[in-house]
Amino acid sequence: MGWDMKRGLEGLDHNIFTAKVEDLVNWSRRRSFWGVTFGLACCALEMMAAGASHYDLGRFGMEVFRASPRQSDLMIVAGRLSQKMAPVLRQVYDQMMEPKWVLSMGVCASSGGMFNNYALVQGVDQIVPVDVYAPGCPPGPETLIHAINTIHEQIQNGELLRRREARGQGAGAGLVVQQRDGQPEPATAAAGRGG
Amino acid sequence: MSDAEATSGFEDEPVVDEAGAAAEAQTRFGVPATSSRGQQVLHPTRDQLVDLVRTLRDDEGYRVCIDVTAVDYLAYEAPRGLPPDVGPERFEVVVGLLALDSHERLRLRVQVPAADATCPSLFDVHPGTEGLEREVYDMFGIEFTGHPDLSRILMPEDWDGFPLRKDHPVGAIPVQFKGVQDAR
Amino acid sequence: MTSVSTDDTARTYEGSQELTPRKGAGAAELMREVGSVLRMSEAEVAALADDQPTEDQTMILNMGPQHPSTHGVLRLMLELEGETVLRSKPVIGYLHTGMEKTGETLTYLQGPTNVTRMDYASPLFNELVFSLATETLLGIDGDIPARAQWIRMLLCELNRMSSHLLFLATNGLDLGAVSMMLFGWREREETLRLLEMITGLRMNHNFIRPGGVAADLPDGWRDGVLRVLDLCSPRLDEYDELLTGQPIFRARLQGVGVITTDEAIALGATGPILRSTGLPWDLRKDMPYLFYDQVEFAAVVGSYGDAFDRYAIRLNEVRESMAIVRQILDALPAGDYRIQDRKVTPPPRARIDESMEALIHHFKIFTEGFKVPEGEVYCAVESPRGELGCYLVSDGSGVPYRMRIRGPSFVNVQALPHMLRGGLIADAVAVISSVDPIMGETDR
Repeated sequence: MGWDMKRGLEGLDHNIFTAKVEDLVNWSRRRSFWGVTFGLACCALEMMAAGASHYDLGRFGMEVFRASPRQSDLMIVAGRLSQKMAPVLRQVYDQMMEPKWVLSMGVCASSGGMFNNYALVQGVDQIVPVDVYAPGCPPGPETLIHAINTIHEQIQNGELLRRREARGQGAGAGLVVQQRDGQPEPATAAAGRGG
Repeated sequence: MSDAEATSGFEDEPVVDEAGAAAEAQTRFGVPATSSRGQQVLHPTRDQLVDLVRTLRDDEGYRVCIDVTAVDYLAYEAPRGLPPDVGPERFEVVVGLLALDSHERLRLRVQVPAADATCPSLFDVHPGTEGLEREVYDMFGIEFTGHPDLSRILMPEDWDGFPLRKDHPVGAIPVQFKGVQDAR
Repeated sequence: MTSVSTDDTARTYEGSQELTPRKGAGAAELMREVGSVLRMSEAEVAALADDQPTEDQTMILNMGPQHPSTHGVLRLMLELEGETVLRSKPVIGYLHTGMEKTGETLTYLQGPTNVTRMDYASPLFNELVFSLATETLLGIDGDIPARAQWIRMLLCELNRMSSHLLFLATNGLDLGAVSMMLFGWREREETLRLLEMITGLRMNHNFIRPGGVAADLPDGWRDGVLRVLDLCSPRLDEYDELLTGQPIFRARLQGVGVITTDEAIALGATGPILRSTGLPWDLRKDMPYLFYDQVEFAAVVGSYGDAFDRYAIRLNEVRESMAIVRQILDALPAGDYRIQDRKVTPPPRARIDESMEALIHHFKIFTEGFKVPEGEVYCAVESPRGELGCYLVSDGSGVPYRMRIRGPSFVNVQALPHMLRGGLIADAVAVISSVDPIMGETDR
């Protein structure tokens, strides 16, 4: 016990662990992940079932669905997107704060589903960029939870942010760490594991 | 519908129900009447429609207008089951009525020509038809004269065309199953 | 990502579908909006004109289409004076899927897949009404085996239970009773699990098809049903105790969204809304289909036409459905689960391997579809929301010429402006919840 100061931080042998800032940020982002209510059709019922007590989303900290897009990170587009609803979807997506993720739930949201006709947008990725697609008609709560966990994994290892930087999207979702004078390059999420 | 095939019992010709299509000349409430699969159908003209519905509501107990819809018979090739003195037109407005006391249903089929796609509105008789008539207008382009607020209800405001008409395409996009180079 | 541009507002603007501001609406239109259903006389309408507030005292507020309390994508435009709702207008169509147009391209056997997604809280009713209409057109509606009809009744009553449990859950959530949301979903999970055992899917089952049902009941179904019934009965009493006497619940629902019998009939509202006004109209009792005339149950009726009555009606309809299910358990006969008419029914799967004709028969039924004689017919059933009707026009081919589903929620939503008038915004949430619209069948 006690702190051998000559060894610096390594002298502390209890209650402190060190990590990279971006890992901590990713960890906290994936574990306090709130969705915006965007249930459209039948998939919305399965989304609510996933949030209910049997398939509890609360174990991921996600049982709260915020109605305000300003307060949420994830938009689960649950259901078929009609032509009339498309501008509303874009408006809600634009109002969400960075970083934000989109999960396309169900086949109607992913590709138009069984309704290949005039009334539906054939896939919400025509309107908003989608990170994970969850197929099913409707996907059961277990499929939805698997899709959500996939997003969690991709947030944790920075995959999604890397992809966005590569494609030039997602401004502001990266991480810039100001270094003190004399230090090498700042570490960003896009730069990977340097610094 | 007798089946003469012994093997698969599956016929390749469209089946026409001869018995049902043979409409006897009869009238009820002053308009031609037929029977379709045991259901009573009346065939008023556009001018007779509102008065007939009002009479049915006030005197005959058909207090509920359960449905107002339309059919576009542009591509219909079979006999239409109309009484002999009713000329078929492209559109048909179908009004469903329900009598709560006698537990009976009645259906009214009104012929609407394509050149003059209008029909009197039933709003004054049954206010519940407001939304139903708007839907018919939205889907078929049939205008209801006397309707207080005839605007689209299901399609976006700037949509061109009337989706349920037979000359409006389904709008299916061709689906590629292989050789997709770039994801959308 | 680009920030919100003003173009977005332009794109979500729906023109004449929206509520016209007071300044733009003529006097006649204002009076029509306020006085139409009530059949006000000239004098009454003129008296109303005197105490209408001016433009700068009112505000038009937009609720939805993305909103936690509008039960799906319903957009409600409210004209408010303070917290009081003066006029309102529902704008629908945000879930329009072109199902009626798609239905004209699918065969009669594929039809239930399409219609089942209309009212997605009680999908089996859509399939049932479509199948009944198809069978009436085919002329086989008297020949469906008794077992198939009883199985249909069993599934429909189970679905009515799960739909009303969904109502109890969302009604509670809208009023702030969040634990009711979790309780309702807990019961609904049990019912859905039972339906999954029987039909294979939790939702959108595509199980009730023209000719009967898709498959026979699996082994152990009786235990499953009894388990659900024994689980639900005491818990329903718990919810009754939790909510019905609760003063806040009562204060929020009693006297809210009142509608009289004549107004409901004029607006075409059916189902719990009509029954809450005191009129005992239930298609299962008054125009019975399947074997509803052989089971004993009561049509639950309210007295005041308010939101509380609708809640109580649906709660008790769950109990009535459970009683019906118990009677079905005893009455279910042995027999075929679908009609053996070769024109409609595909052959048993085992025979496809043995007989070439059976293979061709199966192939033709599933690709071309069976042909239905020309004609037109309207059939209706009592869904949890009201009268669900199907108007089918056939031209003798294998696909419907026109398939129209009369969704009860479409007409019930048009009754909303009348029920919201004069109430508070918070009452608007309670009233929408008590109407229990499902936008899938409203917009189709």
